[in-house]
Amino acid sequence: MTSTQTLGWTREQMAQRAALDIADGSYVNLGIGIPELVAKYVPEGREVIYHTENGLLGMGPAPEPGTGDPELINAGKKQVTSIQGAAFFHHADSFVMIRGGHIDLCVLGAMQVAQNGDLANWSTGAPDAIPAVGGAMDLVAGVKTIYVITQHTTKTGDPKLVESCTYPLTGPGVVDRIYTDLAVINIGPEGFHLMELAPGVTFEYVQERTAGNLVLETGLVPS
Amino acid sequence: MIDKRVGSVAEAVADIPDGATVMIGGFGEAGSPIELIHALIDQGATGLTVVNNNTGSGEVGLAALIKAERVSRMICSFPRTANSTVFPELYRAGKTELELVPQGTLAERIRAGGAGVPAFYTATSVGTPLQGDKEVRSFGGREYVMEYGLTADYALIKCERADRYGNLVYNKTARNFSPVMATAATTTIVQTRRIVEPGELDPEAVITPSIFVHRIVTVPDPLVESELVAAGATYP
Repeated sequence: MTSTQTLGWTREQMAQRAALDIADGSYVNLGIGIPELVAKYVPEGREVIYHTENGLLGMGPAPEPGTGDPELINAGKKQVTSIQGAAFFHHADSFVMIRGGHIDLCVLGAMQVAQNGDLANWSTGAPDAIPAVGGAMDLVAGVKTIYVITQHTTKTGDPKLVESCTYPLTGPGVVDRIYTDLAVINIGPEGFHLMELAPGVTFEYVQERTAGNLVLETGLVPS
Repeated sequence: MIDKRVGSVAEAVADIPDGATVMIGGFGEAGSPIELIHALIDQGATGLTVVNNNTGSGEVGLAALIKAERVSRMICSFPRTANSTVFPELYRAGKTELELVPQGTLAERIRAGGAGVPAFYTATSVGTPLQGDKEVRSFGGREYVMEYGLTADYALIKCERADRYGNLVYNKTARNFSPVMATAATTTIVQTRRIVEPGELDPEAVITPSIFVHRIVTVPDPLVESELVAAGATYP
């Protein structure tokens, strides 16, 4: 696509849309980037506990300027706060929560998602790249539900929703749902199941920008 | 009498030999025992294998140890961080090896090492390049890779308060890898902000029990890595 993308949801709106699907009482891990924005949009009346893999359950927002502690940070190494009722723990316990299936939901960014739910989000596989994985493989292997938030295409217009990933995998068959600037899409038996379109976006428009099999979820009327 | 206190950071790290495996606590700057690392640079040991989640930032602390070419091998999960340029240069120049380990697998390998568990199975990295040629077994219809426990000759960690036995409590997310590293090293060396009398730490709230600690040195006002990096500081 060479034309400037103006249709669809903004980053904030993508985060807002994903936040609607976070259930009251959930324990949630949010990845770096757009996923971080999700926390401020969780509808009022729902209590959600945020986990950060460097050892905090009950992460709060960034501190007021001048009040932060360099020893109270999130997985992106930015200063955060802890809520009343928070708990600190060491790294092995933190990953017991992740790998033991105790965290309800993880929201992550993606480089590519395949129609079978394969996720690539840690490396382009370029030979000169310094590989860095962090906790991504643990999260997708262990957390009960995996949501991805990503632009529908790359900056150069290449599809990020693909038939099969060309980048190295973070985990096979792990993604449950994708929120893009154009649509909400579930991974289902037939591949990418379109659940919802952003205002003004058509099924055909999404299909043109998707490299895998896109189907309209049964019962959904295209807008 | 048990008293694990030593007089200085230099004394605390004096016997670390060339070729040692050293676990260093910290996640980014939080919990990084920067004075112990600087003492290790001064001491001169080289050919080290270092276990840490990252590779430091700027040219202080862990990054300075790497910059001084004392580290022949890094075992970590995330060697790329903002302000982290030292490791990538040496890695590309072939001067430092990298064993990349998923963060949870790294924590569990250290925990297992400390617990006398030689290996375990995990679903993390199955079906990815990091599975490599590791043994894979199926349990209950799901595949898992075998990972080895990890031990070290030394652990360098930082805590908030300690007593002379070596009971430790930490500060917030500065705890991270330190409690598991303390269990996995033959010799665990701690820098603490404050020494308290035995009995002052609530036994219900002790995070690292003293049995895992061998040397304690008081560093009341440790350097803050991010402030040093912002000021462009280097070490030595």
